[in-house]
Amino acid sequence: MHRFAKPSVFLKLASAVMPWAIGITVLTLAVGLYLALVVSPADYQQGDTVRIMYIHVPAAWMGLFCYVGMAICGAMSLIWKHPLADIAARATAPIGATFTALCLITGSLWGEPMWGTWWVWDARLTSMLILLFLYLGYMALVNAFDDPERGSKAGSALALVGVINVPIVKFSVDWWNTLHQPASVARMGGPSIDPSMLWPLFLIAVGFTGYYVIVLILRVRLELNERRIRALQLSGIGEDSPGNAQPAYNPEQAGAGK
Amino acid sequence: MKILMAILARDLRLALRQGADSIMVVAFFIVTTTLFPFGVGPEANILARIASGVIWVSALLAAMLSLERVFQTDFEDGTLELLSLSPVPLELVVLGKVLAHWLTTGLPLIIAAPLMAVMLNMNSAGFGTLMLAMLVGTPALSLIGAIGAALILGARRGGVLVSVLVLPLYIPVLIFGAGAVEAALLGLPAGEHIQIMGAILLLTLALAPFAAARALRLAVE
Repeated sequence: MHRFAKPSVFLKLASAVMPWAIGITVLTLAVGLYLALVVSPADYQQGDTVRIMYIHVPAAWMGLFCYVGMAICGAMSLIWKHPLADIAARATAPIGATFTALCLITGSLWGEPMWGTWWVWDARLTSMLILLFLYLGYMALVNAFDDPERGSKAGSALALVGVINVPIVKFSVDWWNTLHQPASVARMGGPSIDPSMLWPLFLIAVGFTGYYVIVLILRVRLELNERRIRALQLSGIGEDSPGNAQPAYNPEQAGAGK
Repeated sequence: MKILMAILARDLRLALRQGADSIMVVAFFIVTTTLFPFGVGPEANILARIASGVIWVSALLAAMLSLERVFQTDFEDGTLELLSLSPVPLELVVLGKVLAHWLTTGLPLIIAAPLMAVMLNMNSAGFGTLMLAMLVGTPALSLIGAIGAALILGARRGGVLVSVLVLPLYIPVLIFGAGAVEAALLGLPAGEHIQIMGAILLLTLALAPFAAARALRLAVE
């Protein structure tokens, strides 16, 4: 695993993964959306509004998944000081925040016809909102320092503290008596949902994950290139006054993957 | 233990000599609480209904307001660096500072809370539970806050940042703290809520010093 922490290895791997990720994403999202919007039956109670679920539920999964991924990257950067783990954690935060916001918005749109209200202060909804705040807090903290290194470290610590919210989101529907329906896919005794609805759900979840991989790779690549430019600029300054500025990041290391 | 007492004594002495800090926290608490009758209107039964929530939210904000100074001054004048170089475990330093923070903010808030409860027309049945819940809840606030206060050292706009970081983590204390008072007001046993708050306190007591010490090490690195 540590092998992949080297930016050049990562970039090579990313270039190899990228076409696959794009292909899988386009394919699963296209098929998934077709199944979800056309093929799958309308709910006998909810009618066509049930189709909101095919976006809402995968978005919620992704919100949690990205947070866990961010926290794992944070732990890796604190333990092994991998610069790439820092960058990955930073890159994950806005994606996760967007999925969480998407989940809240679609949930709200679904709640209006079903529950008769846009928002209730229910355990599941509130813990999801806190998840969004944790993302926003992380992003604010990471960017609040002049030294990006320091920001990443503080952010990693915060991400790890915030992990405590993830099981709360997952089990909130079991622990509290809530308006939100209990777990119906990932639960003991198998999913309680019909295969005709489960398949599109699953496909869209895979598509979202593929989308996450694509954006993650793009953002990490961008950050690596930005650092390269900064290092090159610094080394340019260094030539005028030798010994003054050490490049913070070795350009050859990143360049090898190109 | 001796080290803990030494740090505690130092912080308390500093707080006393610089004065005003604890008084300002209590003043902030009272002013914030006073705003609500202006905002929602002075009807006694409405105020009685929202009293426990208002007091808890104001206490949360007041406890948060003073977080910045837990580590900030020591960070600026280099004390923190010396403490981190000394053989004293940094976790113990954190614990001492949290205790000092609680004594200078949490405790005065607990004393001021019944006064505000009276002014908000809360039924006297809830007073005892309110103070008990705050006694269990406010140390947890100080402990959680210490993590935030340690993380923002050296950041731009630290004061605003700490609120974004810490307030979401304060929500469980708020839910169960207000819940305990509500239960007592309705004549139900509040024991469960207090027990959950006790669990939160123990959990934060076990984890927060390590997380905050870790953050301090990052800051002085």
